[in-house]
Amino acid sequence: MQRYSAFAVAREALGYHQGWERAWGAPEPRAEYDVIVIGAGGHGLATAYYLAKNHGITNVAVLEKGWLGGGNTGRNTTIIRSNYLQEPSAAIYELSRGLYEDLSQKLNFNIMFSPRGVLMLCQTEHELRALRRTAHANRLAGIETEMVDVARVKKLCPIIETSGPRFPVLGGLWQPRGGTARHDAVAWGYARAASDLGVHVIQRCEVTGIDVSGGRVTGVQTSKGPIRARKVAMVVAGHSGVLAEMAGFRLPVESVALQALVSEPIKPCMDIVVMANTVHGYMSQSDKGEMVIGGGADGFNNYTQRGSFHHIEETVRALKETFPMISRLKMLRQWGGIVDMTGDRSPIISKTPVEGIFINCGWGTGGFKAIPGSGWATAAMIANGGDRVADPFSLDRFREGRMIDESVAAAVAH
Amino acid sequence: MLLITCPCCGVSGEETEFAPGGEAHLKRFGPGSEEGEFAGYLFYRKNPKGPHFERWRHAYGCGKWFHVARDTVTLEIFGAYKATETAPPQEILDRIAARGKA
Repeated sequence: MQRYSAFAVAREALGYHQGWERAWGAPEPRAEYDVIVIGAGGHGLATAYYLAKNHGITNVAVLEKGWLGGGNTGRNTTIIRSNYLQEPSAAIYELSRGLYEDLSQKLNFNIMFSPRGVLMLCQTEHELRALRRTAHANRLAGIETEMVDVARVKKLCPIIETSGPRFPVLGGLWQPRGGTARHDAVAWGYARAASDLGVHVIQRCEVTGIDVSGGRVTGVQTSKGPIRARKVAMVVAGHSGVLAEMAGFRLPVESVALQALVSEPIKPCMDIVVMANTVHGYMSQSDKGEMVIGGGADGFNNYTQRGSFHHIEETVRALKETFPMISRLKMLRQWGGIVDMTGDRSPIISKTPVEGIFINCGWGTGGFKAIPGSGWATAAMIANGGDRVADPFSLDRFREGRMIDESVAAAVAH
Repeated sequence: MLLITCPCCGVSGEETEFAPGGEAHLKRFGPGSEEGEFAGYLFYRKNPKGPHFERWRHAYGCGKWFHVARDTVTLEIFGAYKATETAPPQEILDRIAARGKA
């Protein structure tokens, strides 16, 4: 792999930038792999990368029906945080946030990780109490967060209206090492590094069937022909239910549209991420100057990547109370992604009823932040049959009543 | 935006007038059921990419619960029917079949 560096840019400039290699290969599928990963989003690519990097399993294919990172990886609002309430969540999200810290160096690809800090606002008394509880839980789990008062909130983010009659700010939960990253670059970086280790990333290759024989997976049918494998990992977010049905089992997930929008670009006005749980919205400013705003999810099952217009209106109407200065901004564009929601709002990283099929899904509204940790844990589960971080997220928990309840942890109602 | 006609009061409205209530025709499992049955009843919902039968409530209207047949990909609504029905009426199934989505 050609290494990227300031020196390489200077060297290539001398040759009119004609010498850059392709970042990742475009191979035709082999007849058989050790592991097939379905879905070349962040989670799928990270799984393949850590299979090769941590476990030496390089005979791996990542199959993608569209293009690399074209689903939810390219549709989220790029927020990275780990201030979750429950212990298993703290373990995986903090593992993930920690991996983000030096991911650019590890992958030799600038993912633009910006630990600018994430502030969760408390705008009601009960929210203040709930986030205090989270702050204590974070302290016990070794996650660096702290409760801050109104004066500190105003100092961290001067554009917040703290005394508003409808949504006064009573304090906040501050995670100084949370932040954002360039979402496409995370997918591209993992694809390039995995490809360099020998992983085949195969785009425009749709899985149309799963071959199961005697309760065991033997391969997949694809638009590029059948491919054999003894281990198959499904990492396809919103379409997990569709793939599970192909393999003959069901999942406790429902797919809904979650949407986001950006404003026209403006001069720098906020250098942190603010999540306003009570008003169901969160906002940060991109490097281009656009205000990136995450909204709510539709209440009904949906496979259309847009979402209902009234959710945008509700999100913006409420955010305007907290950030009065955005009232004159124009919306530049709006989009939606299909997220797979579980009953306890925690993901599923698990073996399945079919021997050899593994599943990573159910990230719901919060998958981007988890990409490195999720890939790390899923790869360990596939390679070793189990993993300390992944095991609590098994499918059995819905049968055993062993919920990892995070339905209060996200900033938006879901 | 979804346009729904309430089968109880007959009023048509867009989706903000209604509240979605999830999969229709669930069979309830009570005390004495197996763990798997509870898990199925509580968490395992049908999540089809295509026609879906679901419950809605006319929240800002007559307040009644009813059923809707809706396509989760095209968002087409095939029809609505009363909450007292235990299965979708033939007329709606025919409409879905006519779309080639049995």
